[in-house]
Amino acid sequence: MKICVCVKQVPDSWAEKKLSASDKTLDRAAADRVVNELDEYAVEEALKIVEAGGGEVTILSVGPAEAADSVRKAISMGATAGIHVVDDAMHGSDAVATSLVIAQAVKDRGFDLIMFGSESTDARMSVVPAMVAARLGLPQMTFAKKVDISGNEISIQRVTDYGYDEVKSSLPAVVSVVEKINEPRYPSFKNIMAAKKAPMETVSLSDLGVAGSSVGLGAAWTKVEAFADRPAKAAGTKIEDDGSAAAKIEEFLVAQKFV
Amino acid sequence: MSDVLVLVEHANGEVKKVSLELLAMAAKVGTPVAVALGPGADATAAALGQHGAKKVFVDSSDLYANEIVIPVVSALAKLVSDNSPAAVLIPSSSNGKEVAARLALACNSGVITDASDIAADGSVTQNIFGGATIVTAKVTTGTPIITVRVNSIAPIASGGSAEVVTFSVDHQPAKTTITNRVAVEKSGRPDLSEAEIVVSGGRGVASEDGFKTVIEPLADVLGAAVGASRAATDAGWYPHQFQVGQTGKTVSPALYFANGISGAIQHRAGMQTSKTVVVVNKDPEAPIFDLADFGVVGDLNTVLPDLTARIKGRK
Ligand SMILES: Cc1cc2nc3c(=O)[nH]c(=O)nc-3n(C[C@H](O)[C@H](O)[C@H](O)COP(=O)(O)OP(=O)(O)OC[C@H]3O[C@@H](n4cnc5c(N)ncnc54)[C@H](O)[C@@H]3O)c2cc1C
Ligand SMILES: Nc1ncnc2c1ncn2[C@@H]1O[C@H](COP(=O)(O)O)[C@@H](O)[C@H]1O
Repeated sequence: MKICVCVKQVPDSWAEKKLSASDKTLDRAAADRVVNELDEYAVEEALKIVEAGGGEVTILSVGPAEAADSVRKAISMGATAGIHVVDDAMHGSDAVATSLVIAQAVKDRGFDLIMFGSESTDARMSVVPAMVAARLGLPQMTFAKKVDISGNEISIQRVTDYGYDEVKSSLPAVVSVVEKINEPRYPSFKNIMAAKKAPMETVSLSDLGVAGSSVGLGAAWTKVEAFADRPAKAAGTKIEDDGSAAAKIEEFLVAQKFV
Repeated sequence: MSDVLVLVEHANGEVKKVSLELLAMAAKVGTPVAVALGPGADATAAALGQHGAKKVFVDSSDLYANEIVIPVVSALAKLVSDNSPAAVLIPSSSNGKEVAARLALACNSGVITDASDIAADGSVTQNIFGGATIVTAKVTTGTPIITVRVNSIAPIASGGSAEVVTFSVDHQPAKTTITNRVAVEKSGRPDLSEAEIVVSGGRGVASEDGFKTVIEPLADVLGAAVGASRAATDAGWYPHQFQVGQTGKTVSPALYFANGISGAIQHRAGMQTSKTVVVVNKDPEAPIFDLADFGVVGDLNTVLPDLTARIKGRK
């Protein structure tokens, strides 16, 4: 089984995120960069699949030069190799462009599974996996909280608003996983050392046959017009419970017409 | 005025409240036209017409229930190409975002997710970074495909009726098959993402029993949905479906009542746009107090049962 896991480098989700005033794209310098936490679950699931049935895991990331660190970080969980697509023309790309680049980078490499996290913690769109599936014409098996592979067939439990759907398809397939699926491992010392020497391919847009003009801020099909911080909330009432707190909440709820 | 297509969410013909909200949003931009798909779709027209839909495109084929996402995209893509609407509005659920994603590619159109408002000129308001930043954005290419968050606008009961237009689509052979649909037990409480009031519990609730004996009774006297922090769902005290936050549901109720929840950034991401927030937490330093309109530093095990009894006593 050959598996590719797509990971995004994002600002630490614990840190405050900002847009840059100049071009209204994510200010990547404003916070530490980390592997999108939700992609670690996809790496873990991929490793579990190859540990059970053999094969290897390749990590792919599309992003600026620094994103190479995130590829190595993800490899250190136990993957074999990395692919880093980097090109200055990518700055400000939207999901439409990112999905094009990912699709071009993974096709014709013989992957049985192309795996994703359920969303990037910065963009929070949850659209890239579906777009990649559409571009590659592969079955879309997304929002999985359980993945089972048997021969050439994959079945998942797809999380829905009402519970979950059991869905099956043939391989190869595009899979995204939710964070309830497993508990990502910490990299072992041995794997951290191995990741430093793991083969890493650095790929440019021209290597992929993607025109620079079809990606980046200028090619985006959407435009941010303006942004502002949410106005700080007026400080509310805060009381210490001295036995009368329930009565005071009740009063508040009545005044606000909730009861 | 141009048509604005609204993808209807329904359960066997029973229209979800979010669809009525989307019709109200559509009316700000153009003429609301609903699209109802799958088994029961033909039973939706009355409710949709009463809430402002001038027309309902209906295809009741079973196909929509057998395969994820793609049949819905094919239907919408056909309607977009036949009718050149001013925009397409889709509920911002995880499924809705994937429909929007593929529709954007199918129609060579820009997509914006998680809109909280749309102006007449098509500019979209979004709350990003967990609600800390408010952005206005616009689709600049093709037909704007916009997913809209629940509870962003009130439905408008205009009392009209909708013209029903049945249509059909030539679908591609299915690539995925839905073999079973599993619904978590219905609680009889309002749906979490739609609820006017949400009563949530976190690690401070301390057990499954705490949810049953302290959180649920308060929710029930308030007619509220129950929510939970990830700490509580990870511990198995409450089902994952009820998790609020970045990797759970995004809610925007009139009242969010946070109990024993510290207010981590990932939790706030799912409730920051709630209109009114009440907090009970025994740690005066808990960051959730920053969002509170009314905060109590105290033990939820004493405050909440007392409050539940008081509200019950009023009735
Ligand atoms: C990628 C990622 C995604 C995440 N997604 C989500 C998400 O979707 N939703 C989410 O909620 N979290 C999410 N988290 C987890 C988040 O970071 C926090 O760990 C979590 O929200 C903490 O839950 P909590 O507030 O219940 O627990 P804690 O932070 O432990 O807080 C418990 C609070 O209860 C109070 N308390 C204790 N006992 C009592 C008592 N008797 N009476 C009153 N107060 C009491 C304490 O003072 C404390 O403030 C995510 C994390 C990551 C990394
Ligand atoms: N630049 C990128 N490089 C690699 N993978 C990405 C990139 N952007 C998004 N992804 C993948 O797509 C998933 C969904 O991202 P999004 O649609 O932005 O919420 C993420 O969890 C990643 O697995």
